Amino acid sequence: MTGEDADKHRGDASNKQVHYDQARYVDNGQYEPLLSEKDRTTVDVGDDSPLPDDLTRDSIELPELSEPELVRHYTRLSQMIYGIDSGPYPLGSCTMKYNPKFTEDVAALPAGAVHPDRSERSIQGTLAVLYRLQDYLGRIGGMDAVTLQPPAGAAGEFVGIRVAAAYHEHNGEHHRDEVIVPESAHGTNFATAALGGYDVVSLPSDDEGRVDLDALEAALSENTAALMLTNPNTLGLFERDIAEIAEMVHDVGGLLYYDGANLNALLGRARPGDMGFDVMHYNVHKTFATPHGGGGPGAGPVGVVDELAPFLPAPRVRESQRADGDQKGREQTYELFDPDHTIGKVHGYQGNWLVLLKTFAYIARLGDDGLTDASAKAVLNANYLASQIEYEVPYEPFHHEFVASAGDQDAADVAKRMLDYGVHPPTTKWPEIVPEALMTEPTEVESKSTLDRLAAAFNAVAGEEDETLADAPTRTTARRIDQTSAARNPRLSWHALDEE
Amino acid sequence: MLDSIGVDAVADLFDIPADVRFDDEFGIEARTERETRRLVRSILGRNDELTELLGRGHYGYYIPSIVDHLADRSEFLTSYTQYQPEVSQGFLQALFEYQSLLVELTGLEIANCSMYDAATALGEAATLADRVRDTSGHRVLVPDLLLEGRRSTLENYVAGTELVVDAYPADDGIVDFDALETAVDDDVVMIYVENPTVRGTIEERLGAIGDLAADTDALFVLGSDPIALSVLQRPADVGADVVVGDASVLGLPTSYGMGLGLFACREDYLRQVPGRLVGASDDATERRAYTLTLQTREQHIRRERATSNICTNQAWVALRTAMHAASLGPSGMVDLANRGVRRAADLADRLDDLVGVKAPVHDRHHLREFVVRVDQPAEAIAADLETKGFAVHVVGDHLLQVCVAGVTDDRIDAVVDAFREVVR
Repeated sequence: MTGEDADKHRGDASNKQVHYDQARYVDNGQYEPLLSEKDRTTVDVGDDSPLPDDLTRDSIELPELSEPELVRHYTRLSQMIYGIDSGPYPLGSCTMKYNPKFTEDVAALPAGAVHPDRSERSIQGTLAVLYRLQDYLGRIGGMDAVTLQPPAGAAGEFVGIRVAAAYHEHNGEHHRDEVIVPESAHGTNFATAALGGYDVVSLPSDDEGRVDLDALEAALSENTAALMLTNPNTLGLFERDIAEIAEMVHDVGGLLYYDGANLNALLGRARPGDMGFDVMHYNVHKTFATPHGGGGPGAGPVGVVDELAPFLPAPRVRESQRADGDQKGREQTYELFDPDHTIGKVHGYQGNWLVLLKTFAYIARLGDDGLTDASAKAVLNANYLASQIEYEVPYEPFHHEFVASAGDQDAADVAKRMLDYGVHPPTTKWPEIVPEALMTEPTEVESKSTLDRLAAAFNAVAGEEDETLADAPTRTTARRIDQTSAARNPRLSWHALDEE
Repeated sequence: MLDSIGVDAVADLFDIPADVRFDDEFGIEARTERETRRLVRSILGRNDELTELLGRGHYGYYIPSIVDHLADRSEFLTSYTQYQPEVSQGFLQALFEYQSLLVELTGLEIANCSMYDAATALGEAATLADRVRDTSGHRVLVPDLLLEGRRSTLENYVAGTELVVDAYPADDGIVDFDALETAVDDDVVMIYVENPTVRGTIEERLGAIGDLAADTDALFVLGSDPIALSVLQRPADVGADVVVGDASVLGLPTSYGMGLGLFACREDYLRQVPGRLVGASDDATERRAYTLTLQTREQHIRRERATSNICTNQAWVALRTAMHAASLGPSGMVDLANRGVRRAADLADRLDDLVGVKAPVHDRHHLREFVVRVDQPAEAIAADLETKGFAVHVVGDHLLQVCVAGVTDDRIDAVVDAFREVVR
């Protein structure tokens, strides 16, 4: 099909549904050109350099454009992106909730823009925010000590695994070389355990979609370093046997790790620390609404029980001891300290400060009631949406997310077609326990009318022919993109395009 | 909604056994938006306002207004990873342009669309070296002056491998080549060198180090950043296999160490690259379109056999970096780097004129920062400077380090005056 045909095709879809026509600039038969197609200027470096020739490069070739040209380029690019501000975004396990605007203003405060090598006495404000956030997160997760250093959830997992390794080594238990991960877990769990040098033992689910206790019994041994678990799991089901699971893991001397990806379901209703988890990470770009920025930055703070606190990354923040005779009412001061048996660092400095600042502001704004209300509405919305769609949902009772099955349809095609109805589709084809999975998490932020529109999109697609689905999307900037040729003939820069 | 679901109350939707239910309170007070903003402003108000002469891996370059205004467009800010490329072309193209910027700067064929920061990118480079090397070698060589945060992060990344990290010494601020040559043997899988070094000096024998690495089949990993790379020797020309570093010197203001991990490598390692890659393809109308590609390397497909565990990265920071670079253009980038050389040299000259001060300590070329020797204890001098409103690094008993990146020209006189008063 040519580009012109495609543009005509846009008018074909039914007028009964909400539709979403995404911006599409076409220039000389192509979409918005690359910066490099607008200009390339070569600058000779040696000519004007204060450095000797043998220490410099010869030249550099990059676009040299005026500010208005750049503004238009990036404005157009932004219009070719669907964000949570464009419409609902029910990606399962990703918790794409609305990102409050005021947190951006908070993160832009000039007083927060300090260098990490500043003296502690000169950045008491920054340390106070970090201390308070450690404290908030500890309360929310039921954990005794928190590090804010991990720059993302997977980095938090890595801290958890390194802390577990350090703890076992400290106890002389060098033989523990296995980490158990449920088959339905996030891919990062497996990859993190492997990065930590562990053998990964995969754990099947039982018929109801939860941890199979017999299989767990068989998997546990004196070699078990940890079990990594998400609760509610990726099907949205609460692991009802969690207390028993914790006991089983602890009985063999292993640690229980909580993957915080689904914490939004439990805010104010259950805490990993109370369930017997020893270590957990928080995904602040999920649970605490920091914007995901097209892939990041996030932050993945880690909470642990007292016994593991000495192994956390360095430094952490604590209240300074008040010297005797300090005046009452003097402002509390804060200091950095290295835990006694610290694993060291997992980031060059202290992680993604600007993201942590937004997290702090979000939690301080919501407070107890707001946080508890978030989990209530998240679970209500998921259950309501599931009740309104025609696709079957095989596993329940689910909480903040559910996994529907596209049945005879291809879940990936369903997703592409949903784009034409003005909504972002769910996560597809995962977890594999549900055939043609549509993993759906509307979050607490959507109103009933938005959920109804979402359901209408699901149901419209459910009634459509396979050919229609295979041809979708039609209303997005680009039509269906050829993934195979992208991987078979990788072109990863404009330099690679030049070579054609 | 409850009727549609078929329950009486929201509480009925929670399938949580009583023994693990949380019936208490967090004790976190809710606030209005206005109160929350005032709270944060008031807490952060406890930070002293200082002129930061600080660098050593984190820099406070001026960020043009265009970057904030464009990057804060909410479609950029509020979108997820581009799992549905047809509806995410704008971000994918911006990341493709970011990758292209790094390919131009490094001369290497492949750049990913971000790691967390320089330290984690270095860690990933070491695990890459572990995967791509056929030999049984297990030593990773790094500068003995490597920043503690980078060294420690690297140690954590290699903890799950057989690799061990060894240091080689410096000679007057740059690589002691003879010592490095002695340290290198068949057991070395990776040599890591930074240019500029942590002390701001510019390496003088990169080509020879590249040859040394090639002779022993060690991976030559070079640490740098986009401003330095605008004028310094092109990594590909000195035999670098991988380039890592902090790309957020462009795009992010001072942000307490938050960064953007630069990761570029030779094409040979394409299937072993950690992190996300954006590639060009075609859509059904045969127009060029972009998509995340080669995802079989990644954790969500390959699980425990993935090249890395990274999922969420620093995409939005990469967007800002690309915007800042585009705003400068090639001439602006070269100018910015050259000014960093000139201004560091000028300030060092002026400080060197003071009694009891030697600057720069190292008889080398410098970019944006340099080490200063003071006759008096460095800690005391730094504390005195702080009371005058200036922050500097203490890097030894009598050594300070000073960076000009975040300091405007009109503050330089004040910097010199402050030094003059405190060294008296």
